[in-house]
Amino acid sequence: MNLKIALFGIAKEIVGQPVLEVTTPADQPVQALLEQLRTQYPGLRGLSSLAVAVNNEYAEDTQLLHERDEIALIPPVAGG
Amino acid sequence: MLFTYVPPESIALITIDLTDQPINVAATLDLVQSDGAGAVNTFIGTVRNKSTGRPVVRLEYEAYDSMALHQLRKVADQAKEQWPMLERVAVVHRKGTLQIGDVAVVVAVSTPHRAESFAACQYIIDTLKQVVTIWKKEFYEDGDVWVAAHP
Repeated sequence: MNLKIALFGIAKEIVGQPVLEVTTPADQPVQALLEQLRTQYPGLRGLSSLAVAVNNEYAEDTQLLHERDEIALIPPVAGG
Repeated sequence: MLFTYVPPESIALITIDLTDQPINVAATLDLVQSDGAGAVNTFIGTVRNKSTGRPVVRLEYEAYDSMALHQLRKVADQAKEQWPMLERVAVVHRKGTLQIGDVAVVVAVSTPHRAESFAACQYIIDTLKQVVTIWKKEFYEDGDVWVAAHP
């Protein structure tokens, strides 16, 4: 399946673009997507944390992703 | 919408906003006025001129808007669950480029008595910093850094 991933902050800088399209096996869990992205963009490994958001909620590592999901990569937040 | 006058009886219990315009602190405080409240507590986060001893010249906040608004709403809802006596809550966060002294965030709450107003206000700003999808880049004379990005 094809996933469209929104990128923000330092993750956007490391990848070099605001949206990333990746092809993964169907029913890919969050953890596998993170591994795929860390392999492709080793700079992501240096971050203090890296979460995946699905439809505006933080996703668990085991959550399965679907093509229609709104997916985003969430580097360490620093609001306030 | 946020800064136009609204009669008190029609003011929402919880107001959440993300803006690229300067935050109107007085208007945000008006949002939590309530006849049942004997306390209004406000946290105002401003841009400091140094970070770990290094002079800061400006900041940039980037937001994942839809998620930031959704998570802010959840934080406010959690505060209301924890302190059911909360009368009103308003949280406004700035995004874009900010200069030294600019207001980055305002959290305002109203409660019948003061103790809960301090607790709820602190809970909201502390939790906001942990979960809300906003990123801060500090600019120095000789470079820039995404805050908290690296260990």
